[in-house]
Amino acid sequence: MITTLDVKPDLAKAQNAAAGASKFCPGCGHGMILKTLAKTIDELELNERAVFGCDIGCSLLSWNYMNLDTVQTHHGRTTPVIYGVTRANPGTVGIAYMGDGGGLAIGAQHLVNAATRSENLLVIVANNTNYGMTGGQMSPTTMPGQKTETTPYGRDCEVTGRPAKAAELVASIADPNKSYVARASVSNLRKLNTVFKKALKNVADGGYSFVEVLSVCPLNWRTNNEGTWERLKTMEECFEVKEFLVKEGLE
Amino acid sequence: MVKKLITQDTRMFLTGNEVIAYAANAAEAEFMYGYPITPQNEIMHTWCKLLPKTEAGFLQTEDEISAGFSTIGGILAGKRAFTATAGPGNVIMQDAQSMAEMMRIPFVCAVMQRGGPSTATVIYAQQETRLTCFGGNGEGFRIVYSTAGHQDLYDYMIKSFNTAWKYRFPTFMLADGYQGKMREPVTLYDPKSRGITMEPTPAALRAPGVIGVDREATHLRNTFNLEEELMEQLDKYQIDYDKMSKEVEEYLEYKAEDAEVLIIAHGIVARSAMTAVDELRAKGIKAGLFRPITIRPLPVEPMRKAVKRAKQVLFTESANGQLAQMCLEKLYGLTTPYQTLFKMGVGVTGDDIVAKVETMVQEMANV
Amino acid sequence: MARTKIVLAGEGGQGVQSVAKILVEAGYEAGKEILYIPNFGVEQRGGVSVAFCQIADEKIGEPRFAKGDIIIALSDRAIARCETYTSENSVVVYDSSVCTTKPTAKCKEVIAVEANKIANEQLSARVFNIMILGVLLKATNVLKLEDIKNAMEIALGKKFDAKPELRELNYKALEMGMAMVEKVGV
Repeated sequence: MITTLDVKPDLAKAQNAAAGASKFCPGCGHGMILKTLAKTIDELELNERAVFGCDIGCSLLSWNYMNLDTVQTHHGRTTPVIYGVTRANPGTVGIAYMGDGGGLAIGAQHLVNAATRSENLLVIVANNTNYGMTGGQMSPTTMPGQKTETTPYGRDCEVTGRPAKAAELVASIADPNKSYVARASVSNLRKLNTVFKKALKNVADGGYSFVEVLSVCPLNWRTNNEGTWERLKTMEECFEVKEFLVKEGLE
Repeated sequence: MVKKLITQDTRMFLTGNEVIAYAANAAEAEFMYGYPITPQNEIMHTWCKLLPKTEAGFLQTEDEISAGFSTIGGILAGKRAFTATAGPGNVIMQDAQSMAEMMRIPFVCAVMQRGGPSTATVIYAQQETRLTCFGGNGEGFRIVYSTAGHQDLYDYMIKSFNTAWKYRFPTFMLADGYQGKMREPVTLYDPKSRGITMEPTPAALRAPGVIGVDREATHLRNTFNLEEELMEQLDKYQIDYDKMSKEVEEYLEYKAEDAEVLIIAHGIVARSAMTAVDELRAKGIKAGLFRPITIRPLPVEPMRKAVKRAKQVLFTESANGQLAQMCLEKLYGLTTPYQTLFKMGVGVTGDDIVAKVETMVQEMANV
Repeated sequence: MARTKIVLAGEGGQGVQSVAKILVEAGYEAGKEILYIPNFGVEQRGGVSVAFCQIADEKIGEPRFAKGDIIIALSDRAIARCETYTSENSVVVYDSSVCTTKPTAKCKEVIAVEANKIANEQLSARVFNIMILGVLLKATNVLKLEDIKNAMEIALGKKFDAKPELRELNYKALEMGMAMVEKVGV
């Protein structure tokens, strides 16, 4: 007897069931991050206070992923839209969701200044070390030697500089009395859930949170499951997975 | 709720930038996002100085990109928010302005034009006319009021908020460095006393009601998958835009009824033209002015009528024909000859216009 | 005259805009139509500072005029700069104790004053600009002395109250400035 068809998918309340099939590529990390985020929002019961903004690039495909009020913006501009919302309507739990290109290249000035001012929002950078939607170009976080469309012979750090370390950067400038800064990975979603929980709690209390999530892009990496996992492990060696800044008393 | 400072008619002697800040308060604007750039700085300065009394909000952002986008955030949160910029700031704010166009966000921005291209001067120009009307990678679904002095700045700043929120097209008040920095008397008033009620500003994000119980979640986007999906949306916008145009178009005619030489000018240059018209009339030359107040959309029918009546037309601007280009397209088919007096990034004086019109009349007589 | 067009130019720090502000404030308080444009550039300090003022009985049209009725130049660079605003109907006033050159543009009349020298010798260098205000008041003759005193109270009242002798000093400078121009309403 087959019974599995009766089992409903495990959707968080903050996830939009009506959105239908995932728009992300098979094996993509975005779904894992977003699902974990949705679950955390449910757990903290922030559904009515949350506003979710997504960027350009693959993150834009999340425009109707959440069963929350959402806004899709321009490349790199999600951070100012969301702090524009939280400034105007305090009490909103603003979430700005973007990739490494939007966060660290075209939107870097917003990343830096929002962190410096410690604006009241959660910035999530899904770091998959390349520009996925535009076809796999080098991004600020592309790892040394990594092949991309614009570094077909591998990233030469002598020419293109070293990979950008977002969490370290943000932790060095954010207000320690207001901020939570961490790097997590899709290799451990339970840990990611814990990180999101702290990050969202801090934002709900008026603080600034930044979470970089190491993610995967099998399509542009041209990796199979095993290769993807190996690449993620290499990334975790390059980008330290830990909490960088935790406001005192935040649990 | 913000506190309104002007409760009765008050005659004041202010700079234009100060007037704009007072007007925004009179319009019950709740939040300003901004970034320093000359010659609009005193809008922010005045707004900030008044904050303890108005209980409004302000954020100084990291650049005009973020000023534009955070203004959008504030508007989506249901606040009557606005920004102001100029010159190179106006250029980089196009990113946010085009998003406002696509998403029909009631974006309000005061533009205090300065010289261009590039950094040019911090003083004055009319060189952001085309940019403000048609900037961004779109079709110019925008409303642009061009002002000609402090009473205009007050009236049209208030009006910009209502136009934007009523029709949901980004609305600009296009002024310039002269208007921003100069001082002249102005009458400030409570819009209520003029029968003006402010349009409501409902929140798009976090609207009342529980998601999934009272309402569905709101998903705002500016990206479409298919070309046809986009065109269908834009065709609807065009219908809305055309319908709105008839209600919003404004113009001013000064002694244009019997004018043989019709001067077409906008903004502060139109004021110089009025001085010139009086001087020319005193010399026996029948000059008149047609001033489009909305330069986007242009008041096409009245402009065509005025041009048709005249024997000659003079376009004059502190730019190299940015308005003229927009007008000429709409005047297609008419045969009234025209000349131009363009001073790029420099003020046009009454004397300039008088001299030009005199030669035009002379040449006409010689033909 | 229904409209008086004034160009006031000098070096940054000579108080050109302060003088212009008191003048236009006085005109406003006296119920005149006023239009004042401070010329401003990218330099915060060190450039030639120019004030364009119009005082009229009726609504003013053009914000920037081509030629001034009264031109006051307080430095060599200001003299050079003001040539473009001078016509044969302009009266040009310059401070011969500051300037080493003389205005050469064709005009109705050139008046030399020695406000800087007299201020330094007889009063204080600080009231040089107020002396110029006196010159302007007499030369234009569209505002009354009381209007100017009233505007000075608005601008400097707090300082005057703290140091009443400053009020006397400024009034004196104003009167001495007025005395430097022989003809009323040139």
